[in-house]
Amino acid sequence: MGTNKLDEVTGTETTGHEWDGIAELNTPLPRWWVLTFWATFIWSIGYWIVYPAFPLMNSYTKGLGNYTERAVVEEDLSKLNAMRAESAKKLMGASLEDIKNNTELLNFARAMATPAFGDNCAPCHGTGASGSKGFPNLNDDDWLWGGTLEDIHQTIKVGVRDKHEDTRVNDMPAFGKDEVLEPKQITDVAGYVLSLSGGKVDGADVEAGKTLFAENCASCHGEDAKGMTEMGAPNLTDNIWLYGGDAKTVLATINGSRKGIMPTWEGRLDPATIKALAVYVHTLGGGK
Amino acid sequence: MAQTKSFRMGEGALIIVLAALFLMCVFVVSNAHDNVMAFHMAVGAVGALLGIFAVFRRYQKRANGQGPDETGYNEGVVKAGVLISIFWGVAGFLIGDYIAWELAFPFMNLDFEMINFGRLRPLHTSAVIFAFGGNILIASSFYVVQRTNRTRLAGDLAPWFVFWGYNMVILLAGTGYLLGVTHGHEYAEPEWYVDWWLTVVWVVYLLVFLGTLIKRRESHIYVANWFYLSFIVTIAMLHLGNNIAIPVSLYGVKSYHVFSGVQDAMTQWWYGHNAVGFFLTAAFLGMMYYFVPKRAERPVYSYRLSIVHFWALIFTYIWAGPHHLHYTALPEWAQTLGMTFSVILWMPSWGGMINGLMTLSGAWDKLRTDPVMRMLVASVAFYGMSTFEGPMMSIKAVNQLSHYTDWTVGHVHSGAMGWVGMISFGAIYCLVPWLWKRERLYSVALVSWHFWLATIGIVLYITSMWVSGIMQGLMWRAYTSLGFLEYSFIETVEAMHPYYAIRALGGAFFLLGALVMVYNVWMTIRALPESEKAGLPALQAAE
Repeated sequence: MGTNKLDEVTGTETTGHEWDGIAELNTPLPRWWVLTFWATFIWSIGYWIVYPAFPLMNSYTKGLGNYTERAVVEEDLSKLNAMRAESAKKLMGASLEDIKNNTELLNFARAMATPAFGDNCAPCHGTGASGSKGFPNLNDDDWLWGGTLEDIHQTIKVGVRDKHEDTRVNDMPAFGKDEVLEPKQITDVAGYVLSLSGGKVDGADVEAGKTLFAENCASCHGEDAKGMTEMGAPNLTDNIWLYGGDAKTVLATINGSRKGIMPTWEGRLDPATIKALAVYVHTLGGGK
Repeated sequence: MAQTKSFRMGEGALIIVLAALFLMCVFVVSNAHDNVMAFHMAVGAVGALLGIFAVFRRYQKRANGQGPDETGYNEGVVKAGVLISIFWGVAGFLIGDYIAWELAFPFMNLDFEMINFGRLRPLHTSAVIFAFGGNILIASSFYVVQRTNRTRLAGDLAPWFVFWGYNMVILLAGTGYLLGVTHGHEYAEPEWYVDWWLTVVWVVYLLVFLGTLIKRRESHIYVANWFYLSFIVTIAMLHLGNNIAIPVSLYGVKSYHVFSGVQDAMTQWWYGHNAVGFFLTAAFLGMMYYFVPKRAERPVYSYRLSIVHFWALIFTYIWAGPHHLHYTALPEWAQTLGMTFSVILWMPSWGGMINGLMTLSGAWDKLRTDPVMRMLVASVAFYGMSTFEGPMMSIKAVNQLSHYTDWTVGHVHSGAMGWVGMISFGAIYCLVPWLWKRERLYSVALVSWHFWLATIGIVLYITSMWVSGIMQGLMWRAYTSLGFLEYSFIETVEAMHPYYAIRALGGAFFLLGALVMVYNVWMTIRALPESEKAGLPALQAAE
């Protein structure tokens, strides 16, 4: 009827109200807007018919498409396993030595181990496996528990000081805390140990330290202080230090010992992955 | 005989309530099981005392025989709200940008627990959403509801109670996060005692708003008020629903949610998504429906569209939460409903965009001449973009790629910085001269600077997050031909680095823009009001 005021610019009628100077036009709903709205609604109805959509008392509407997320995951996984199956079987059948010497198996093992290392090992050992304080560098040939394929495989499987019944354990006494040695004696031992790689500790009597070392340390670290991998006792002469080789850190190590932990991976990773990781770590550069 | 003045009933009642609150806080302080509870209750006690003091001062200052000034519109509380939201905004942007740099350069955590990412992140989200957004929503709703209903705000002290009470919530929540107290629900991190207090404040807010609507002097209620009211009512419902928790002790901060497992997750995302829907969308649409037509001096494009999209929006939004839980333990039927309702939500959301943009027909030239208008329009454009992106990302096939990636973070920020931020800046630039009775803003050029700094910041932010998010999603799902993951997780993190740096740079631009606004607002308020200028004819230009 046009009783309300017309807006001059658009030629559309207003609704006749005004609030604080704001009027409203009586423009009809945009056609494309209404159509798109209905289109999304109709599409949704189709989706509800095909897919699981509505709860019932003890169940839900399953949909005509028989779709379940679980089935999709299972199918995807079985496809993946099929892709890996042949090579994984070969990997399980081969010895660690064979894998290392067979180009095809070695490539497969490395492809398997690379992401596994990144997700499971890198948080401590670093993305480049170069380690950090308390976490050994895996690129060099200095091994706490041995650097042969078998040694590495075993270490990954059982971990260090963790839940596995065969877990690796090295148990250095806390010479100061447990009052095995006097503070002065600890200084002397530290002086001797550091002298082996060209370092020194202020106020240490190196000769006295040598005697103390023979009495207290040599049983694990060896007469020559070159360590014993069976005991997990590090070589103290190569200037490679897990916790640091400055006088202060070495004194702290002798005083309070160190109890680093590496997780047991058996049971958390499948045997093929552990095998692949052993070969991978061995081929990083320092394998024996 | 000297005429005596007396306390009004409301003043007396508030003093009694605050005194009771003070005693309760002191009692809890003396029995507190943990330091944070003691600290927070001490803050509450001080707050209550200051409240009592303020009511007394108000009483003292008024002349004998007179009540408080209740003529005209109540603009004092709106002014306070505008100022504090600017303050919280800058604080929130600053913290947000700092944690963005932390993500790019983790050493910036400095091994200091109070500023590590985990504690600052909720501080950032709460500061920008609830402190900046919440305060500007409360302030603008108080302004709009008065103007569009031609009536003074209901309640005398109640609006001030809402203002101070709400900011007490912010203070307790924020200091709690820094001290390591959290309820563990995203965007609902404050612990039980803060939740209870917010409930009280929110109910008063609802009563003030409803009271004003009831005594309106317009026959119809303007659309902006529908949106504000839906926000207030729904947030009350969401807040209560998502915070059903039992305190371990009334003297300690810790409480446990009643729901667990997938029920807890579903409740949380019903809340979380509707916090986006009703706090960050519906309420800011209310703001849009006032400031866009007001600034453009044009009628709203379509009354009919405003009704239809309002009801469609609030009906549809409430279902969309499950799209946050695709491919989880949530039953598939719930995922389906969440996804389809999100897609249906596309047009209801766009109704607001159409109404905002088309209102400019006949006033498009203002985009060239008025940077405040440009800000308001840009915000509506960002709104349109992110409300298309949202439904798209809720589709399961897309979500498979986008879920848990930076794409989500970028999506949220195009909405938060582009829509919520820009519409709020636009509203602030309108409100400051109106409230302080200044002829105009101190500098229009500086508004333009703010506009471009913010826009460049947002574009850097969202484009870097698109690239990094999609790349992240693709890297996570990449398999080698031998059937193994191509990348370890840490490699995908390393790949994000340059994009994190770009994002942080974008945040810095956005922050810088906000600082320009602070200066402009400050100088505007400092300038002489129009009424005083009139008394200085020598300075008037010849006509």
